[in-house]
Amino acid sequence: MFAFFRRRRSKDDLKQRLKLVLSYDRARLSPGKMEQLKRELMAVVEKYFPSDGDDLNVRFEQHGDRMVLIADLPRHEPR
Amino acid sequence: MREPGPRVGTPGPATSGAGAPRLGRPEEGGHLVNAKAIVVTSGKGGVGKTTVTANVGAALAKLGERVCVIDTDVGLRNLDVVMGLEGRVVFDLIDVFEGRCKLRQALIRDKRVETLSLLAASQTKDKSALSEARMQDTVRALLHDEGFDRVIVDSPAGIEAGFRTAASAVEGALVVVNPEVSSVRDADRIIGLLEAREIHEVRLIINRLRPAMVKRGDMLEVDDVLEILGVKLIGIVPEDERVLVSTNVGSPTALDDGGSKATAGSAFRDVARRLRGEDVAYPDLDTSRGVFAGLRRLFGGR
Repeated sequence: MFAFFRRRRSKDDLKQRLKLVLSYDRARLSPGKMEQLKRELMAVVEKYFPSDGDDLNVRFEQHGDRMVLIADLPRHEPR
Repeated sequence: MREPGPRVGTPGPATSGAGAPRLGRPEEGGHLVNAKAIVVTSGKGGVGKTTVTANVGAALAKLGERVCVIDTDVGLRNLDVVMGLEGRVVFDLIDVFEGRCKLRQALIRDKRVETLSLLAASQTKDKSALSEARMQDTVRALLHDEGFDRVIVDSPAGIEAGFRTAASAVEGALVVVNPEVSSVRDADRIIGLLEAREIHEVRLIINRLRPAMVKRGDMLEVDDVLEILGVKLIGIVPEDERVLVSTNVGSPTALDDGGSKATAGSAFRDVARRLRGEDVAYPDLDTSRGVFAGLRRLFGGR
């Protein structure tokens, strides 16, 4: 009865989790492997552009009916 | 495979007499499951196999057992999301079968209960997915090399190859049944198949029981189901909204419903204790008595 006051709605959590897990399902990659991919990409980038690897953002995006893997890496100005 | 005959002359622990419908207080005892590897199965889909696996697994782990739960529903993995571990899946069961990773690398340790681990199903089919030999090797390695006390295998629905693979490495079974016609019929079929595979420690979990409907005589009561199926009971789980809410957030209700008695979470905890040989009484699930229920009735609730 008092749950309304103290608990945030669990379905919002669920929707978030489902969106994320479905994007991985559709891309046929597990979230854990995505983390691995990210780490390995960072290592490669770091090798060619030292100090740039940290800002790497890797994600899936739905572009129409295609799932696209986005790797976003802002280039730093050389100091 | 040989089809067994009907289980005549093997009534459940409780025999129902005439009179008022009972919500189920069968005789205690006879629950202990010695099997270290147990399949959770039902025949019919949607009766709560995955929920039972996650909750009984979590409850057993909470009691100090080292538990590994395995999702064998290849192509339709779900135990990971129910347990809230989907973000940490790197390798899965098929990676293990195919030798693409070590068994240990595929184990995902639950952060809430340290002694609980998940081995996820793969989302893509692969021909090795149905290998009974690989399943047996994997379960053996979990028990002997990785030091788990208990392995709980979440079976896919159906009686096809997926079920046979799931059942190929176990000595015990939890059959999940809802008190309704198709679920009971399918459970009977599954129990026959388990016996044909010489899995003798078969226990029944009656899931999603609605005490108010039983009381009205509109739902099979526990004794009815036991009489029809003729296997030992190990749990009566009431229909409970908390189950859905807890799966929404990916945390088994057995871990976080606060210890109230007439809840699904409590029923799952009781199953875990009975599995370990404890005599746990079946609580009264009828919440239609008492002050609050009286108030609810006043305001037109059931």
